[in-house]
Amino acid sequence: MADQQSKDLKVREKQEAASPAELTTPGLVFTPEVDIFETEKEITLLADIPGVKADDLTIDLRDNTLTLSADIAPADNTEEEEILIEYETGRYYRQFTLGELISQENIDAKLSDGVLRLSLPKVDKATPKKISVKTG
Amino acid sequence: MIYRRFFNVPTYRIRSPWDELNRMRQQLDRMFDDTPNQRVSAGVFPLINLTEDKDHYYVRAELPGLKGDELDIQVTGKNLAISGERKIAAAEEGARYHRREREAGSFSRMIGLPGEVDTENVEASLANGILTIAISKAEIAKPKQISVSS
Repeated sequence: MADQQSKDLKVREKQEAASPAELTTPGLVFTPEVDIFETEKEITLLADIPGVKADDLTIDLRDNTLTLSADIAPADNTEEEEILIEYETGRYYRQFTLGELISQENIDAKLSDGVLRLSLPKVDKATPKKISVKTG
Repeated sequence: MIYRRFFNVPTYRIRSPWDELNRMRQQLDRMFDDTPNQRVSAGVFPLINLTEDKDHYYVRAELPGLKGDELDIQVTGKNLAISGERKIAAAEEGARYHRREREAGSFSRMIGLPGEVDTENVEASLANGILTIAISKAEIAKPKQISVSS
């Protein structure tokens, strides 16, 4: 990990999402960057969604499809004049298909400093069982 | 036949005499439009938005996952320096990654402000992963209302 943390961060443009369905409200939609990792018990998803408040975040899981969608509060700086604009703001949207069965009741979501941490515990059936082979 | 010759040329040429004008208009639009592809960026992390009102300059940057004490912000003269390091905690033992798109690393950026600033009055706040730095303009740089006497 040491070498990974000492490297310099490069600029990455926010990726505009190809909208799944046409939106009724105007505005840009971005694809948040995510980390997803899996342990034997659960799948954890981390997503960078700067500017999103907990109330504006919608997480939906149905038929193995996980949908993240987040609105951002409209800017309250309308009386300010723009001098330099390097990034745009807008909604976040991303969908994932989960290969595992997820225990819906135990999903846990935390949002802090613009990072969402979503824990998706697997149901017992999906946790791998060791099968011992008998020789006879 | 004259028609034959028309049909042999690429169709866009004969569709309408306005096409050339439309193309010119599009080119001009592209020149003046602030579309994302055409935006000027210094190419240094983090990307910033700089705005101003009468009394302040505002610098905003998206820095998800950073805490206030992990940031180093300094103002010298007309320059603002932002540096820090973004750390991403390692996953627990035995975890297997499906996706790894978020990046950790250190960054440092210098921003030249367009006018004189009051270096004593700079406020920075970090909310929901967005850093906002409000920098007071120096008295000399603030616009003065001048009334016209009749």
